[in-house]
Amino acid sequence: MCLRIFSAIFLYCLLSGVVWADPAADQTAFKNYFYKKFPEVPVGDFINGVYAIDQKRREQWLEIEEFPPYGIALDEGEILFNETVFLDGASYSDCFVDGKRSKKNYPYFDVKRNTVVTLELAINDCRVSHGEQPLKYKKGDIAKISAYLALHSRGEIIDVEVSGEAAINAYEQGKKYYYSKRGQLNFACVDCHVASSGMRIRAEILSPSLGHVSNFPVYRFKWGSIGTLHRRFSGCNSQVRAKPLPGQSEEYKNLEYFLSYMSNGLKFNGPSTRR
Amino acid sequence: MAIKGKAKMRGDVVQVKVLMKHIMETGLRVDATTGEKIPAYHITEATCFWNGKEVFRTNLGPAVSKNPYLSFKIKGPQVSDILNFTSVDNKGVTDSGDFVVK
Repeated sequence: MCLRIFSAIFLYCLLSGVVWADPAADQTAFKNYFYKKFPEVPVGDFINGVYAIDQKRREQWLEIEEFPPYGIALDEGEILFNETVFLDGASYSDCFVDGKRSKKNYPYFDVKRNTVVTLELAINDCRVSHGEQPLKYKKGDIAKISAYLALHSRGEIIDVEVSGEAAINAYEQGKKYYYSKRGQLNFACVDCHVASSGMRIRAEILSPSLGHVSNFPVYRFKWGSIGTLHRRFSGCNSQVRAKPLPGQSEEYKNLEYFLSYMSNGLKFNGPSTRR
Repeated sequence: MAIKGKAKMRGDVVQVKVLMKHIMETGLRVDATTGEKIPAYHITEATCFWNGKEVFRTNLGPAVSKNPYLSFKIKGPQVSDILNFTSVDNKGVTDSGDFVVK
């Protein structure tokens, strides 16, 4: 009798689309998986990706960091952020008032707009609200400005809030994207960055997903330039021969929301260098 | 264009690191729309000066990186000395940057 009632309720919920979501439990399980898989990595070091799990690459990276290749982008980003004057006379500082320019404020779920807001989206919101054309989302000026803001957010703690039905729904969309197989090669994010993390993919080592978002934007040697998180997402899509999505598409924003929440408690350490 | 540099005293030798911003075209790439070869445009010569004296010089060819990073050691400069790093590219455009030995 009890079983029948339970099944009826369960079926009703499935059919009506009610989501049994528990982001906090997801986060704990996610983190524990990596703590157990890489016991020699200090918790805070996951923000360094592959350099946390491979000594040789770490040594190369530390040497590179003495004079990092993102240095030029940082200088340009500083000028762009501080010296750009919009058509109506305003500047980025008018939108990004003191407390609001740190990366620790992003991403967040904007209930009014019913969407996730990321730092890059906020940069373009600022531009558009002052009569300017939006920047392209994956590379170029937006990455340079993001790099400058990231530098000044170093050490801040990732603290994404996921509460309220709409926000939880966005989180669940991001989580679903992460765990879904896609592309001709039929890979999901989880396949490489959880299940195969620490293993080799051709000449490279797959980094764990924990801490992935902390160090963006990155100067990637493959790109020879600085790029945003969404640029990397589209690269990952292409690599598995799936169609890459536009920067700041709902899917990518929700994915960023999910991944950032998974890395809550870790510190921002952008911009960084990757291969 | 810009040149950033760092110089650190290690014993009696100065370790210099420079990052030069340059587009760098090998001259072999073909423009997808016109079908024409994009002309070569890269740094050909890079020199480091100390008190007006040339202490390091390198000749670079089309294989040089975009935004090349260079690291070398020189003897002579002391802490607080100013080093100047100058580059010339194949179009004759020069770029320069000054930095202090630390």
